[in-house]
Amino acid sequence: MAADIKPRIRVPQTAKRGEIVEIKTLVAHAMESGQRRDEQGKPVPRNIVNRMTVTFNGKPVFNAQLEPAISANPAISFYLRCIESGRLDFTWTDDEGGIHKASQTITVS
Amino acid sequence: MTALPLSRRQAVSGLVLGGIAIALRPLDAAATPDVLRRRLGELLKGGEAKSGRVKIAAPEVAENGNTVPVTVSVESPMTETDHVTAIHVLAERNPQPGVLSAALSPLSGKAELSFRMRLSESQTIMVVAQMSDGSAWSATRQVIVTIGGCGS
Repeated sequence: MAADIKPRIRVPQTAKRGEIVEIKTLVAHAMESGQRRDEQGKPVPRNIVNRMTVTFNGKPVFNAQLEPAISANPAISFYLRCIESGRLDFTWTDDEGGIHKASQTITVS
Repeated sequence: MTALPLSRRQAVSGLVLGGIAIALRPLDAAATPDVLRRRLGELLKGGEAKSGRVKIAAPEVAENGNTVPVTVSVESPMTETDHVTAIHVLAERNPQPGVLSAALSPLSGKAELSFRMRLSESQTIMVVAQMSDGSAWSATRQVIVTIGGCGS
């Protein structure tokens, strides 16, 4: 399950000092809600990405707790004020302990 | 004896108004279903959320309840002293009311986020924003769902 998860992020590579940029993210994940049943009528166990954290140079800038009501392949976007050059690190954690990471640097001029 | 405190007309209108007030009260309470009120109580630790400062952009009619695009924005300068600390999204009629809770900081620059959510049926989405000064603001948005996004 964990192997086929490839997070995609869209982050501008450069920004002006103080500029507020939109950060878009997408993780391929079934977000199995735990509400569904399989053909035999057995409930399909819940497995969702329950947490997404984003840090900039180690400082937390965005942190979200996700519930089963988030659609499959969670696509979440938010904003960031660029005050210095640095690296954004993204981490997604699912119910089965799968951890998925992505990162990108932003050069601020 | 003309000292009767109420005329008949006053008495009747008073009774009618009283009746309306009593009739309205449970209706008003029903506007926030129990599940939401309980969840709100947990989130705000007993505090109240005022209506305003929060905007929810979502389709009026969602054909597919499996993936309903939602954008939430909160009016805030997002400075060290005055910013949004958390945004909570709730859906009253989903199997579980929670949708997403996000923590923001002054580094966010703009208190806005977008995501796609599941709606099991037509219902009201509620968003509560908590501010750095301890206040909380909320907004609601009705979405009609043609095909529900839970189960099957």
